[in-house]
Amino acid sequence: MSKTRLHSTGRRIALMLPALLLAPALASAQDVSQEMFTVNNTWMLVATFLVFIMHLGFACLESGLTRAKNTVNILFKNTSIIAIGLLTYAFVGFNLMYPGDFSIGQFFGFAGMGLDPGPEGNTVAYADGAYTYWTDFIFQGMFAATAATIVSGAVAERIKLGAFMVFTTIYVAFIYPIAGSWKWGAGWLDQMGFYDFAGSTLVHSVGGWAALAGIIVLGPRIGKYLADGKIRPVAGHSMPLATIGVFLLWLGWYGFNGGSVLSADPELVSLVFVTTSLAAAGGIVGAMGASWTFQKKPDLSMVLNGSLAGLVGITAGADTVSVNASILIGLVAGVIVVLSVLAFDRAKIDDPVGALSVHLVCGIWGTLAVGLFSTNPEHSFVTQLIGVAAYGAFCFVAAFIIFLALKATMGIRVDPEEERIGLDVAEHGMESYGGFSITHS
Amino acid sequence: MKLISAIIKPHVLDDVRDELAKAGVQGLTVTEVKGFGRQKGHTEIYRGAEYTVDFVPKMKLETVVADDLVEAATAAITRAARTGSIGDGKVFVSDMGQAIRIRTGEAGDEAL
Repeated sequence: MSKTRLHSTGRRIALMLPALLLAPALASAQDVSQEMFTVNNTWMLVATFLVFIMHLGFACLESGLTRAKNTVNILFKNTSIIAIGLLTYAFVGFNLMYPGDFSIGQFFGFAGMGLDPGPEGNTVAYADGAYTYWTDFIFQGMFAATAATIVSGAVAERIKLGAFMVFTTIYVAFIYPIAGSWKWGAGWLDQMGFYDFAGSTLVHSVGGWAALAGIIVLGPRIGKYLADGKIRPVAGHSMPLATIGVFLLWLGWYGFNGGSVLSADPELVSLVFVTTSLAAAGGIVGAMGASWTFQKKPDLSMVLNGSLAGLVGITAGADTVSVNASILIGLVAGVIVVLSVLAFDRAKIDDPVGALSVHLVCGIWGTLAVGLFSTNPEHSFVTQLIGVAAYGAFCFVAAFIIFLALKATMGIRVDPEEERIGLDVAEHGMESYGGFSITHS
Repeated sequence: MKLISAIIKPHVLDDVRDELAKAGVQGLTVTEVKGFGRQKGHTEIYRGAEYTVDFVPKMKLETVVADDLVEAATAAITRAARTGSIGDGKVFVSDMGQAIRIRTGEAGDEAL
């Protein structure tokens, strides 16, 4: 079942009238029982807070893979992101993503500011007894915030806090939901047959393209790339934190993918749990093999990225590929993520946490993999490719313009001295570890 | 009185502390340090980038002893800290001008 829905107040009222007239005759045949409604909705709310916990996952992962002198800053950004995500989604995002009726082609529509369940929003009629309006909003709202947080790792250790928050607000409020409406809001890509089950493209690559734009406009961290072409490693300060983060993200993914079934359908949710898990496992193995081969020693941070790569890779097609395919998708993602990390560094694109490799590259892979492996004959590789290109063009260009505008106005990068001291002290006047210094030499 | 500083491998600390106690040394201060002598560093690799780590984790010991205890103390440290492999460290002996026990105000050798 795809996430495409057509909600808007006007549309609901229009649909309601015949239903009210025929209600007595149809009630028993069409309506899901109140019990099933409760079961479905409960699962969707569980999925909601599972996706929520991914924010803790990101906070831990990003902290672990960056330097201790910037940890307060990373945590601050992650804390602000969930607030910005949920609030903008409540004011405009939800109704941009699910406009019901489009006003500009099938590209843009807006169902009005603020949230309004309407008379039927919290009844069985809203979504065929799968969830209520409020559940719909908060579940999707958690996704919006997740897309934003992908950027924070990529621009870590050198972006100005204020500029980052302005960027996040604009991007999550407008770009994310407008892009999302093209598929989940029943826009043009949905009509073309493009498929993205839980957001390899709509969430992960949307975040990834913005991350790429940010990294390019920001530039690399000081001292990362030396004049003679050598790459200086800037090591993360806590592998335990990074590991905790990854497993929290994996845990959250059961809600991310499991909830994207949009009901508690036993077959689909359990299938999605299996494909999701096996893809993560495949990702770990793929990354392990690639890391051990290309780097001579098995790199923990790569293997952690590998599990996420597998998870991102399966996110587009978790409900529509075979179990064997899910393993393969994960394996390939695991190998790709390692090669991407190495390649981006060689291209002097500084990504402290591997956000581009995990979310952008594997998001694209996961989307295309639907075209290759989906058991649904209506899915095609070409359509998936068109979707990837469309999102790439829109999101990258939009993010690039926003970052450039911010660079020209308020500036997006901290001073070199601030970067050297560390953003905790420079931007926040605080230390992460009570004055205890964790440095690498 | 003399200040004895020693750079030793971290894992021999317990043995050194025991030997110093047997030699009659009552007080000790330990700091975690990094350093290198003629021992070369090693190569590490992080996310595809290789780099040489010159600084090796060590323990720095400091103790102030009366002149007549110096030989026994340095011998104790050397005996306990020697593993025979490169990087065992060094012992330094320097003059110490004065020592005062904060609680009682005693000074000189009585403070040690």
